[in-house]
Amino acid sequence: MTTSAAPTPTRRVSTKVFVIVMIAFAAITAGIVSFYASGSPDGLEHVAGTQGFLDSATEHRFADWPLADYAVAGIDNARLSGGLAGLVGCAAVLLLAMGIGRMLRRPAQAETTQS
Amino acid sequence: MHVPDGFLDAPTSVATGAIAVGALAYAMKRARHEQPDDRTAPLAGLVATFIFAAQMVNFPVGAGTSGHLLGGALAAVLVGPATAAMCVSVVLVVQALLFADGGVTALGTNITLMAVVGVGAGWLAFLAARAVLPKRLPSVPVAAAFGAFVSVPVASLAFVGLYAVGGQAPIPLDTLTAAMVGWHSLIGIGEAVITGLVVSAVIALRPDLVYGARDVVATTPLEIREGAVL
Repeated sequence: MTTSAAPTPTRRVSTKVFVIVMIAFAAITAGIVSFYASGSPDGLEHVAGTQGFLDSATEHRFADWPLADYAVAGIDNARLSGGLAGLVGCAAVLLLAMGIGRMLRRPAQAETTQS
Repeated sequence: MHVPDGFLDAPTSVATGAIAVGALAYAMKRARHEQPDDRTAPLAGLVATFIFAAQMVNFPVGAGTSGHLLGGALAAVLVGPATAAMCVSVVLVVQALLFADGGVTALGTNITLMAVVGVGAGWLAFLAARAVLPKRLPSVPVAAAFGAFVSVPVASLAFVGLYAVGGQAPIPLDTLTAAMVGWHSLIGIGEAVITGLVVSAVIALRPDLVYGARDVVATTPLEIREGAVL
């Protein structure tokens, strides 16, 4: 007996391929496309400027860090520096998120607090 | 919408820090139910990574102002609201600690605005749109786009609320509200476009992984096919 075709959409790609596509897309976005991002102040910064409270912002505690403002310290080429920072950030986010996910799926160890 | 240190006073920052910790503790409990098996599990990490990448790409919204994806609605539709709050928080933590983007004492504020309010408003607006739209798969990206559009001005309104309580500089709240909601409604259009496109793309590839589409996809039971020709 063969059941009729399901009315729901099919999985076009395997999970492995899907993961690779998503990672590649994120890497291209952060590593290459980010160079073409608008450098204008964002909505909040713009409003803070026009409303006159932008000056109340204090210097970021980590403003001197080697990756501050999405640039790798010591690399002068903006395209390379920003792209590399983007890739490092993607890796950091992926590892951290996967780590938390793994922890959550192990009930015995799930009580570790995460801030 | 990354709030830097100094915009809000210390008590307000402590309060939003407490809200963030409480919300994330609750989200951690809930997230377990949103990702019941290993099949959907990798999606959360991928969604967080994508949001980080997308947030690097500011798009212009006119008059020398830009915006970028907040990603709350997008994440909520793809992995569920509790998991989404954690995904967006991971992004905010990495941005604040590694890239000096968004203040450190303002981290609780940013998590509250983008991971709690942004995700919550986006998810609720998504559910409202789903309730109105036909119960079919193509409705999901449309509802996601609507949720995304709503989430940005609502998050900006939440910022105004926090500023009313703990703003360091005296600013008339009516003009602040108009400016914040006005600009963030424009940014919301970009948020809606990106969210709609990404949800459409994921649905085209793997509809079974989309949390917000479970009711229109998950009706397929495992089929037992006998006598399959190999």
